Amino acid sequence: MAKGILGRKLGMTQIFDDQGRAVPVTVIEAGPCPVVQVRTVERDGYEAVQLGFGEIKPSRLTKPQRGHLAKRNIPPVRTLKEFRWSGELPAEGDVIRVDIFQSGDRVHVTGTSRGKGFAGVVKRWHSGRGPMSHGSKYHRRVGSMGASSFPSRVFKGKPMPGHMGNERVTVRNLEVVRADPERNLLLVKGAVPGARGATLIIRAAAER
Amino acid sequence: MDIIRTLEKEQLRTDIPDFRPGDTVRVHVKVVEGGRERIQVFEGTVLARKGRGVSETFTVRRVSYGVGVERTFPVHSPRIEKIEVVRQGRVRRAKLYYLRNLSGKAARIKEKRRDV
Repeated sequence: MAKGILGRKLGMTQIFDDQGRAVPVTVIEAGPCPVVQVRTVERDGYEAVQLGFGEIKPSRLTKPQRGHLAKRNIPPVRTLKEFRWSGELPAEGDVIRVDIFQSGDRVHVTGTSRGKGFAGVVKRWHSGRGPMSHGSKYHRRVGSMGASSFPSRVFKGKPMPGHMGNERVTVRNLEVVRADPERNLLLVKGAVPGARGATLIIRAAAER
Repeated sequence: MDIIRTLEKEQLRTDIPDFRPGDTVRVHVKVVEGGRERIQVFEGTVLARKGRGVSETFTVRRVSYGVGVERTFPVHSPRIEKIEVVRQGRVRRAKLYYLRNLSGKAARIKEKRRDV
């Protein structure tokens, strides 16, 4: 079942499951997401649903965006995102809530990872560092670039320092520990990309 | 307010007695054995309490058949049926890891004096 929802990362904690085990969870405020647009096979060639999420001042949106939302009487939303949908399509103006998920479901969570800035090779590629003392002058530098006269170049993909983080990351097949439609909360086992307050895309994992 | 704090508060147990490192406690643990649930009692000295809130744990040490056994439980675990404080000990530090290196008479802990 292809379906999904937008959410906001609130942070992590631990929860005791029904067997009394402590489970590490990420708490996500998921939805409610108004259905802004529905794509159908007849008109668009595929089935999808455009969801909105998050409050925003109307003045922050462009006029076309405002019109797009006003057409369906939807209050201004911060994020718009299309989700492939299978099964019965909701109508425009409907609201998608966390109750589309149940505990035990598997989800893919996509977000933007925390930016680490310009990171060295130790942090970015987990290379080992040299001795910090005893006369060593080789601390956290990039080591060998490769051989010499052959190949006379540095191979592509050689781990080097550079910008790290702040990129789109998907963590796949996370278990839904709890879905709480009353408080719009989704508790997912394990960590999720991004800082607290980051927008997340949550999609149902393919059934296995 | 803070949703995470509320979620954590929902899981806190209020039926846990006040106990400290140095105390002797009897922990009644629910154990699932071959599909059946029964209660197992683990009695020993509390070595330490660590962490805060839902993630708080405590370590209990006992010497059984000459072998030191330590178990760490989450304070708010639903698997704990109950905790009984058998004896309150008088100790001068929060973590009693030094007891691991002591045995017999030296590993005793004085009982807390209760003033009249």
